[in-house]
Amino acid sequence: MHNIEHTVDEILDLAASHFKVSREGLSPNDDFFKTLKIDSLQALELLTRLENHFHVELPDYEMQGVTDFRTLAERIQARL
Amino acid sequence: MLDLSRYPSLGAALRDSLERFADETCLIEADRERENCRLSYRQFKGLALPLARFLQDSGFSAASRAAIIMTNQSKWLISAYSIFHSGGVLVPLDYKLSAAEQLALLRHSKAEILITEHHLWRAITAAPDFDEFSVKTVIVVDAPAGSDLKGAIRWEEAAGSGAPEFVHRERSDWACIVYSSGTGGRPKGCVLTHDNYLEQCIALTSLFPFWPGVRYLSVLPTNHAIDFMVGFIGPFVCGAAVVHLRTLRPEYVREAFPRYKITYMTLVPTVLKSLEAGLKARFAALSPAKRFILYRLIAINRLLTRRRPNLTLSRRLLKQVHEAFGGELKALFVGGAFMSPDTLQFFYDLGIQVANAYGLTEAGTAVTLNDLNPFRADTVGKPLPGMEVKIVNPDSDRIGQVAVRSRTVMSHYLDDPELTAETIVDGWLLTGDLGRFDSTGHLQLFGRIKNMIVTEEGKNVYPEDIENAFEGIRVKEFCVFAANYIWPERTMLGEKLIIVLRLEESHAIDDSLREEIENRNRRLLSFKRVTGYVVWDEDFPRTASMKVKRHTLAEKIRSRHDRQSALAEI
Repeated sequence: MHNIEHTVDEILDLAASHFKVSREGLSPNDDFFKTLKIDSLQALELLTRLENHFHVELPDYEMQGVTDFRTLAERIQARL
Repeated sequence: MLDLSRYPSLGAALRDSLERFADETCLIEADRERENCRLSYRQFKGLALPLARFLQDSGFSAASRAAIIMTNQSKWLISAYSIFHSGGVLVPLDYKLSAAEQLALLRHSKAEILITEHHLWRAITAAPDFDEFSVKTVIVVDAPAGSDLKGAIRWEEAAGSGAPEFVHRERSDWACIVYSSGTGGRPKGCVLTHDNYLEQCIALTSLFPFWPGVRYLSVLPTNHAIDFMVGFIGPFVCGAAVVHLRTLRPEYVREAFPRYKITYMTLVPTVLKSLEAGLKARFAALSPAKRFILYRLIAINRLLTRRRPNLTLSRRLLKQVHEAFGGELKALFVGGAFMSPDTLQFFYDLGIQVANAYGLTEAGTAVTLNDLNPFRADTVGKPLPGMEVKIVNPDSDRIGQVAVRSRTVMSHYLDDPELTAETIVDGWLLTGDLGRFDSTGHLQLFGRIKNMIVTEEGKNVYPEDIENAFEGIRVKEFCVFAANYIWPERTMLGEKLIIVLRLEESHAIDDSLREEIENRNRRLLSFKRVTGYVVWDEDFPRTASMKVKRHTLAEKIRSRHDRQSALAEI
């Protein structure tokens, strides 16, 4: 069973590998649009990666208003 | 297609379509690889009429107002038809607005009915302003069994028995109230009549016709003015099919083209750029020899289609590229925001026609459209049939404000005669955009004179609407601007919002204030955030009612500072 910290860690690992940035440069409360320099469509691409990893389905609207990794983790955690 | 000139209302035209094209497919709803539903016009009618009966049984009558807040899905269109069948006025609201913003617009529009999705309804009922909610009947789509709907009705239960009355409307009657802005400030509810929509549809389909068998891929929500026209009214009055894709994710959008043999699609610049990036990545992955051949073919196609497009030729020359788009694609429509000419040219060189348009909600969607004869990536095309477009107060470069007169121009702003009088002058709609016509009659755009930005996602953002997010920051006063409003630039690309700060005496900008602004910024959707700040050392000029005189303040800042030295990034 994943706990929230574990979920956050896995999201940070995936985001770093998907967008080819340093894992050390990412922290849970970062604004991922800013830290990863991505737009809303690229954020949705990350969502697909996360769906495949966590075996959950996340509608696009789950990303609405979400800007930091921790809140994203909470949305995923709620569906695990 | 139906002869729309004979019809008095959208409802009457759509009703005839449901009869005439009964056995044609009208809607396909897909989510990722799954197909959720596929409906013929007959089946669509079978779902819409019981809902119309239910609305009428709930007291909904001619000119009553009903709001829809939904993501991109088939029930949006079913609901809209039921409203028009009942003679109602549709209020399409953006599902991406916050619940507080949606509540404010529901109040302003005086909607009696709301049709929305379960996750959106949950957010609305949890909003602090919910105690002021006054919509009489709420219908909730996709509600899980057993969920507490706080007095709302489940979609499945919103079905009356017996045939609903068809309520006739005239051309001059209101069809929709569409909010172009004003979620945090002064609401701009554009009242659009049946005449506005029918004339717009006649103009658009004269250039890009639909017919039974055409498949239109819809990825934008239908509250978006373009999708409402090109992804609902246009295809429906021609017996074509709309494919709703419930995700905007690039990989699924790409897959939808071949899966559904798409003919047309509308997208906003950000999605078109994503498709461009995907194609370029695929080209880069080819072996050097294959890539060389591909680029030679692209060059040949460019040469042979210089004067006008030749789809048959392009499909032969660049077969694999066109097959990736399903092999049936005739055109992509791009609008909602300004598109970089380089991206437009990239697709045109591949033989994929991108018809870029310019328009605004107040003008009934599109004003000009690139008719591709010849393709002019540096312009937004020529005025659509029935549109009169002129340049007001042109300068020495012939650049001035774009003004529009046409039967598609809105009736007025809801409950705001003052703003209406400022915007529609002697029958001409003043767009607030700067442009000029070239010698061939194509319109070129050169920025705005109004204080707003349009993002690549096609979102209009007015500074007044986001100022609430910064209330209470530790400054004497502040004001949000479009940077180009203070320092005009002759471009519509890369527009951004900035905040002007008047600090308390003896205070200086420091990390903690910057952090405070950043934290407030994060409460806003990403496209609404300010990206820079200016520190101003005088009290803001204000009106007698203490409103900031934005224009005067902008002029003062411009007269004392240039953009580069005054503007700091957040």
